[in-house]
Amino acid sequence: MNHTIIQVKDLHKDFHVGEVTVRALRGIDMEINSGEFVAIMGASGSGKSTMLNILGCLEKPTIGEYQLDGINMGELNRNELAGLRNKKLGFVFQAYNLLPRTSALENVELPLYYNSKVSSRERRERATEALRAVGLLDRMHHMPNQLSGGQQQRVAIARSLVNDPVVILADEATGNLDTRTSYEIMALFQELNDKGKTIVFVTHEPDIARFTTRNIVFRDGLIKGEHPVTDRLSALEMLNQLPPDEDVDVSL
Amino acid sequence: MNISNLFKIAINALRRNKFRAFLTMLGIIIGVASVIAMLAIGEGSKRSIQEQMSSMGTNLIQVMPASMERGGVQLGNTNSESLTLKDITAIQNSCPDVVAVSPELRASGQAVYGNKNWPTSMYGINDEYLNIKKYDLASGRMFTESEIKSMGKVCLVGHTVVKNLFGEDADPIGQTIRFKKVPIKIIGVLAPKGDNSFGRDQDDIIMAPYTTVQKRILAIDYIQGISMSAASEQKANAAIDEVEKALRKSHKITGKEQDDFRVFSQSELVSTFSSISNVLTALLGAIAGISLLVGGIGIMNIMYVSVTERTREIGLRMSIGGRGIDILMQFLIESVLLSVIGGILGIILGYLASNLVGSIMGWPVYVMSSSVILSFLVCSAIGIFFGWYPARKAAGLNPIDALRYE
Repeated sequence: MNHTIIQVKDLHKDFHVGEVTVRALRGIDMEINSGEFVAIMGASGSGKSTMLNILGCLEKPTIGEYQLDGINMGELNRNELAGLRNKKLGFVFQAYNLLPRTSALENVELPLYYNSKVSSRERRERATEALRAVGLLDRMHHMPNQLSGGQQQRVAIARSLVNDPVVILADEATGNLDTRTSYEIMALFQELNDKGKTIVFVTHEPDIARFTTRNIVFRDGLIKGEHPVTDRLSALEMLNQLPPDEDVDVSL
Repeated sequence: MNISNLFKIAINALRRNKFRAFLTMLGIIIGVASVIAMLAIGEGSKRSIQEQMSSMGTNLIQVMPASMERGGVQLGNTNSESLTLKDITAIQNSCPDVVAVSPELRASGQAVYGNKNWPTSMYGINDEYLNIKKYDLASGRMFTESEIKSMGKVCLVGHTVVKNLFGEDADPIGQTIRFKKVPIKIIGVLAPKGDNSFGRDQDDIIMAPYTTVQKRILAIDYIQGISMSAASEQKANAAIDEVEKALRKSHKITGKEQDDFRVFSQSELVSTFSSISNVLTALLGAIAGISLLVGGIGIMNIMYVSVTERTREIGLRMSIGGRGIDILMQFLIESVLLSVIGGILGIILGYLASNLVGSIMGWPVYVMSSSVILSFLVCSAIGIFFGWYPARKAAGLNPIDALRYE
């Protein structure tokens, strides 16, 4: 059953840099339903990152309304927004942002530490489950520096899954990875999407956007275009088509 | 977010930087250890002085001659002949708070027995002197009233004198020794008393009737001092006033004329020495306290660097649901843990160090429980105080900027 997860109405965001006002977003209307895999595209400065920050409840809009899973974030204070992020959102970053000298398992457990309702036993079980979902069960006790870039990003995806969020927000999640590893990560996202996860994926690479179900293109703070992906690619198939001589896991 | 999760997060963060955490703690460890050790040394010396002083009798009052003028010439304190036996009578008659009084004369010379000799002092005293100075008889008897009146050639000897003239375990009672060519018979041996607080051997002594020392040995008509006991330590000050009044009357000193005697009490000495060692303890404690402060600043420095270094971690924690207060508490708990663990290790080290100093240097040390509690509280306070600013800085970060921080 599809219902609206994200509803944005006439959203504006201004930044004041000295005496200059930068209008990053100038009236965005957007709806994302559950089960969608949406790519937000655009050049740098188009406002897509600002949009993601607002969708991620890290920042409040100057004007406009944003409802996440039926909750109007404009009415919440800083602490309530943190609680909302903890329970409803999962983040995947370009630079992974894993804690150094901390095992994969403990990295995945991290969001659950900020939810006092989760016992330490449940925390461990859910983190193990999330690592299984990204195929890294055998690496759960490895430190980030013992993992390749793709594996680190998988740990980060497991961390974004562990609180069972209503939407996963990914910010250039393949930006630091080579083509092959990017396809692997996209295959994982597609697999999660097939299982019903809603994903919002910010990218500036058109070929990555073709793995999603819908593309929204930003330019100069406005939505310039929006279209469903008709010729959706399967990352798994693309991966199999890559010549075998590139079959080297280049970690960064 | 519950507090036990915050503790786990903070402990995990410290575990990731074990060596740095230890180095940070080292400042606190050394600071606390030196505070504990310094205060232990100061308190130990204070207690040992007090103990030795009160072993001499805290209700002891002594009168010494002061400078006296004879024909316009000041004679100085030691040559003064202002005290006489009449003063003893005056004190006995008019000082109700004085319970025992004895004249005191002192003659230095060689004591000779057979082919052995020993340089010592002979004190001329009466039969109340042992009580006043807290001496005990180990064997034999005290001289009698008639022996005092008749300038009897009898004496009591201290342990050091016995050891050097007769040998360690000999019984000298009934033997006759010669002191300044005067033959004197030993009728009693004093129980050993050890050194006094100034390091003088209190057992290197011969006691004889004051009449004997005054007439037969020194051939003088004055006395060199008066020792007496007040009824109690509390009555010592009243007794001093009475003695001063009695002596001024007996010496016919009136109005603003200068006294030709000085009155001391042991409790005055005790409090003087206590206040000296209090100042010393405070000084040592202050120096050690400064090192504790430096340790605290070390914690602040490391926490501050740590906040900057972990900016992205803070951004991540905020993005996955950490509230400002959670971040603040995490950093505050980290710094309090550092300082409290450092404090506990410092207390242990300080305790060991002061005992080590005590046994190697032979100094008296005493670790006060109050200094342990105080340094523990100071450590916790340092953790909160010096952790607060970095923690506030961490909690105030903007998550978006923190996530992008390079």
